[in-house]
Amino acid sequence: MSTSEEERAMGGGIPSAVRQTVRDAAREDGPAETARSGSSPVYVTGIGVAAPNGLGLERYWEAVLAGRSGIVPISRFDTSRYPARLAGQIEDFDASTHLPSRLLPQTDVSTRLALSAADWAIADAGVDASSATDYDMGVVTANGCGGFDFTHREFKKLWSEGPQAVSVYESFAWFYAVNTGQISIRNGMRGPSSALVAEQAGGLDALGHARRTVGRGTPLMVTGGVDSAFDPWGWVSHLSSGRISHATDPERAYLPFDREARGQVPGEGGAILLVEDPAAARARGARRVYGELAGYASTFDAAPGRVRGRAAHPARPRRGRAAGLRRAARLALTEAGLEPQDVDVVFADAAGVRDLDRVEAAAIRDLFGVHGVPVTAPKALTGRLGAGGGPLDVATALLSIRDGVIPASGATADVPAEYGIDVVTGAPREIRVRHALVLARGRWGFNSAVVVRAATT
Amino acid sequence: MTRRVVITGIGVRAPGGKGVKEFWSTLSGGRTATRRITFFDPSPYRSQVAAEADFDPVVEGLTAAEADRMDRATQFAVVCADEAVQDSGLDLTALDPYRVGVSLGSAVAAATSLEREYLNLSGGGRNWEVDPAGLSPYMFDYMVPSVMPAEVAWAVGAEGPVAMVSNGCTSGLDSVGHAVQLIREGSADTMVAGASDTPITPIVVACFDAIKATTPRNDAPEEASRPFDGSRNGFVLAEGAAMFVLEEYDSAKRRGAPIYAEVTGYATRSNAFHMTGLKPDGREMAEAIRVALNESRADPTAVDYINAHGSGTKQNDRHETAAFKRSLGPHAYATPVSSIKSMVGHSLGAIGSLEIAASVLAIQHDVVPPTANLHISDPECDLDYVPITAREHRVDTVLTVGSGFGGFQSAMVLRDPEEAA
Repeated sequence: MSTSEEERAMGGGIPSAVRQTVRDAAREDGPAETARSGSSPVYVTGIGVAAPNGLGLERYWEAVLAGRSGIVPISRFDTSRYPARLAGQIEDFDASTHLPSRLLPQTDVSTRLALSAADWAIADAGVDASSATDYDMGVVTANGCGGFDFTHREFKKLWSEGPQAVSVYESFAWFYAVNTGQISIRNGMRGPSSALVAEQAGGLDALGHARRTVGRGTPLMVTGGVDSAFDPWGWVSHLSSGRISHATDPERAYLPFDREARGQVPGEGGAILLVEDPAAARARGARRVYGELAGYASTFDAAPGRVRGRAAHPARPRRGRAAGLRRAARLALTEAGLEPQDVDVVFADAAGVRDLDRVEAAAIRDLFGVHGVPVTAPKALTGRLGAGGGPLDVATALLSIRDGVIPASGATADVPAEYGIDVVTGAPREIRVRHALVLARGRWGFNSAVVVRAATT
Repeated sequence: MTRRVVITGIGVRAPGGKGVKEFWSTLSGGRTATRRITFFDPSPYRSQVAAEADFDPVVEGLTAAEADRMDRATQFAVVCADEAVQDSGLDLTALDPYRVGVSLGSAVAAATSLEREYLNLSGGGRNWEVDPAGLSPYMFDYMVPSVMPAEVAWAVGAEGPVAMVSNGCTSGLDSVGHAVQLIREGSADTMVAGASDTPITPIVVACFDAIKATTPRNDAPEEASRPFDGSRNGFVLAEGAAMFVLEEYDSAKRRGAPIYAEVTGYATRSNAFHMTGLKPDGREMAEAIRVALNESRADPTAVDYINAHGSGTKQNDRHETAAFKRSLGPHAYATPVSSIKSMVGHSLGAIGSLEIAASVLAIQHDVVPPTANLHISDPECDLDYVPITAREHRVDTVLTVGSGFGGFQSAMVLRDPEEAA
């Protein structure tokens, strides 16, 4: 039995000082609300994955369990003039083998990945999209930068050759709704659809919105997120975030929660999920249910220096830096009808930037107690996928439930004791997983949380 | 019981004047704000007209640091959000910040800054491999523009759900629709929601040139936006923003807030047909209208005014005319329909929110804004499009619709608060 399990079993392992901070934290977060309308659980019945360490769900999962990383030196352009050269790059994706040739000239690599992952999710679920009633299927995806590589090429054509050189596809290959629109068209999905622009947290918001849309009466939603921007302009834009690891060893460039954490490695790809109303899934005889999206919530961290005008009142609550994330997690758990002690694993945002790791560790410790729950960050093997990251973590969490194993956190090994969290390192941990909490934090203050649980079929 | 959602504050920056009052004066006066593009030399482009807004971030009260880091579209959004909060009389310090959220729509977000930074980094567009030496510390913010709703959230002190909805040209309807859903389901009590786009920049102009979606009518810029007119040949690009304060009805009532309108219904559907093309039958837009009316518990005959998408492309004008007939039946012929894009152009993701503002003002004034430049009838567009001159007309219930690239078709129903109550 691990330390954390013993502590939990004994119920008395948590120092009283920690219990006190947990009570303080609860006060700071405010009361949890009662269940919201339209918040009934939905099933995940299909998953499509496009990750740097594996194309397709099972190949990705194999790589994750084996600890195989997809972080490599960027091969798409000469990186010698840039201070960082590593990324989670998908190297074995040949779009022409997955998509009709007419779609290729009109799509960015991110959209090709999204369309393929959606195809795989639909096939995985055994859904015949052509047989659905008119408005019974919708699409909601998130992405951060639209078709960036594609649009970079068009910017270059405009400014080096003139307006006549700009592609007839640019207007819709670039914009942020492109993945939602293309998935909708390819699969004849005419139900309520939407696109969210988001950095790392927003992929979970897409899942939350898909769940809301099912709750409002649309039986099936395709949802998730995919991002990619590994052209030279996209790459320097990543660099301008100031968080990118300059390390040269792919194994040790992104070490979330490690004492030697030195920044982030961006990745490309993500996951597309099929979510369904449980009754509708049963009615069509769905071949499998990975689990339920049981709870979702999001919060935003105010930046004290940037609150303006009337809102900048001295009486405004000044909260600790972990408060927003903690509250999002607490609301998602409440919505799922769970207490922190019901959670078997936390898939962390895992920033890989020491200051941010410390804040997230504090949030997890406040909620679960010191070493109160296993915490993992398989994204250490893929890099951070932007809006694709949250959905991929949810997919991974569902596989943990399916197979009773928590993957490890890449090469992260040396977690500072003061973090007080039980990070799964080295090898996967075999353990029955019924409930998982997935956390994501986006740049500028976005916090999102999703709770998945084994389906109660 | 379903929570009801009302609009209690409005902030607008649009071509033709600053603020809500001047916006309404432009619309009700039937004045067009389209002109030859002044932001850059438009002569190499097929379409050389646009509806530009006169906007100075410093005059608008942004600090130098804010003006420096924010893209123009973000500046518009923050200024409108401040104005909407002022207008609502809401004391934000009295609210639990966790119960206040933001929903911002934008189609092309930080396009202006992206293009500026691109030119800096690429030697004016010569080099594929960009030069990191000229890198702006805000480049990431322009590439991943979810900083836009973050800036609005900081401006108003929101700590609840904050989202950016980007559904092309229906973004401004869908962002407000999203906010309405969040209040109804109880995820927030107050939402600052709306949309902003400032796309008048060479790359965006070139995008629409390439597919001939914008008008080449460069000889008479003031008359270039001609929705439903027989001679129309494309839309006129524009910029602008509108932000709203949305509140749960009972708490707005309790604090004695000015209630402009209730959002009683909203729906969106997709045509799953083509990224830019529309089928002429208007089927999916008609379905969105039907669902939005149903949610409002309103019969089609209750609609007093239709604020049309009316972009001024042939396929759009026919598509939505068909959608109105399909959803409202004979009542479509008895209902005034107009497009404010004839006056303030098509500001992509922002226009849906500007059209909500116009709809709310139509309710407030019992005046239907006209469709400017509508002189020649088109046999396929045979509804009452309120040509040239505004019309006094009792407006209690408005249907406003949007249609966008990606196949999105959205509809919202707004009602006079007295009628709705």
